[in-house]
Amino acid sequence: MLLISCPWCGPRDEAEFHYGGQAHVAHPEDPAALSDEEWARYLFFRDNPKGLFAERWSHTAGCRRWFNIVRDTATNEIHAVYRVGEPRPVIT
Amino acid sequence: MNPLPDHLPDHPDRLWRSAEPKRSYDVVIVGGGGHGLATAYYLARNHGITDVAVLERGWLAGGNMARNTTIIRSNYLWDESAGIYEHALKLWEGLEEDLGYPLLFSQRGVLNLAHSPQDVRESVRRVNANRLNGVDAEWLTPEQVKEVCPIVEISPDVRYPVLGATFQPRAGIAKHDYVAWGFARAAADLGVDMIEHCEVTGLDVRDGRVTGVRTTRGPIAAKKVALAAAGHSSVVAGFAGVALPLQSHPLQALVSELLEPVHPTVVMSNAVHVYVSQAHKGELVMGAGIDAANSYRQRGAFHIIERQMAAALELFPIFARAHVLRTWGGVVDVTPDASPVVGLTPVEDLYVNCGWGTGGFKATPGVGWCYAHTVATGEPHPLNAPFSLDRFTTGRLVDEHGAAAVAH
Ligand SMILES: Cc1cc2nc3c(=O)[nH]c(=O)nc-3n(C[C@H](O)[C@H](O)[C@H](O)COP(=O)(O)OP(=O)(O)OC[C@H]3O[C@@H](n4cnc5c(N)ncnc54)[C@H](O)[C@@H]3O)c2cc1C
Ligand SMILES: [Zn+2]
Repeated sequence: MLLISCPWCGPRDEAEFHYGGQAHVAHPEDPAALSDEEWARYLFFRDNPKGLFAERWSHTAGCRRWFNIVRDTATNEIHAVYRVGEPRPVIT
Repeated sequence: MNPLPDHLPDHPDRLWRSAEPKRSYDVVIVGGGGHGLATAYYLARNHGITDVAVLERGWLAGGNMARNTTIIRSNYLWDESAGIYEHALKLWEGLEEDLGYPLLFSQRGVLNLAHSPQDVRESVRRVNANRLNGVDAEWLTPEQVKEVCPIVEISPDVRYPVLGATFQPRAGIAKHDYVAWGFARAAADLGVDMIEHCEVTGLDVRDGRVTGVRTTRGPIAAKKVALAAAGHSSVVAGFAGVALPLQSHPLQALVSELLEPVHPTVVMSNAVHVYVSQAHKGELVMGAGIDAANSYRQRGAFHIIERQMAAALELFPIFARAHVLRTWGGVVDVTPDASPVVGLTPVEDLYVNCGWGTGGFKATPGVGWCYAHTVATGEPHPLNAPFSLDRFTTGRLVDEHGAAAVAH
């Protein structure tokens, strides 16, 4: 079970949150220009690293706001929590 | 209706010979789970290809093969799925004789419960689709559910009342360890090398063609490389620059203490997320849904177990005093359409078998058969052709979220 620090409400149990998958996946700027291959990439392919992963969470049982996390999927350690619109922090 | 045996078969003295890696092979299989082992066996038996190594980073079949809830069925919705899962079920029906090894394959039937009018409509549709595909299936009323499995609560006054169920009588369970050992032994007898504690850390690709693998026990050249690494498929395929439409998630299960035989069949409930059968020894074996967040940790979050137990108690009030003995997790790779990916990759002579998510155990002999054909001939077997990687580009998805039966 993860302990997640909502940027607005503070540390709460994972059970209060909804998972939103990979963060920073931008909608294509000119969808009509995409090839089928590129559409497939946008729709169906997400990173699946064993290691650091930037992902979205929503605090559904609290403030109901979305935010981002960098988590290590090999250890579940959360390295950074940041607001939507902020750049992915560099973790060294 | 109650096939629990009064004793378990003895272990044979020797299961397989553990091999030292040679410097090259015709085929290297990455991953010594059920799928890798079955593929090795059928490569040797059906295609006469015996210069084969199965490389396993841990111990043989210590991954999802040792962690699943062993449910076997073929009552999927679409023709493509019925094709491969029913092929597997037919193989299961003769597998003990074929491998000369006891598997405790028990066709005790499976109930998939319906809890809402929409569930009922979808379930009846699936029964009809199954029958059109020659898969045995029946729609049962709540009273008939009670006849098949007397301990299911069918009162209408619960949160998720049982409105009926699909029933596949030929479905069942098998002892997963024995399945792995049976395939390993039969493949080793035909000359396949089983190499444990040998992690693949890289793939050598030259001019768009795979030429070998790098491992913690040195480089090994290969004419063909077949991936069967379940939860780690993205990591391994990534060594060759191949991206897969997968997310890896923990999936948990648990067993109770040993109980008298009380549960004669397999009960699955997609809506409330619990799957229950009773192992041959007597433990209740229960599976849950996947943890929402992806992770490579072979353990999941406790709230998933709590929900699963609450669901189990609602369906089976008789379990109220049963104790949980052990919980564990595996890592499963899930695709966007809840169907596997089996076939060729953009890299020549590199093949992929992955994305079975929460439900690949039942496919073990079937996928081994078809994947061996794909690797041996360089062409997809007709039964796995619909599961090629290019379906995500062509849009010919095989959307099995409903029949896959675990939330993902
Ligand atoms: C809790 C749980 C319950 C389940 N219940 C069911 C069920 O009831 N019915 C059903 O049909 N399916 C079920 N499944 C799914 C099923 O177990 C899997 O789909 C199936 O086992 C996957 O194929 P496999 O047996 O080859 O995988 P695995 O046994 O996981 O084999 C993959 C192997 O690859 C190895 N590997 C990974 N990376 C490397 C590397 N770099 N080098 C070398 N080796 C590597 C791993 O160590 C592992 O042994 C369940 C899974 C879980 C976790
Ligand atoms: Zn909040």
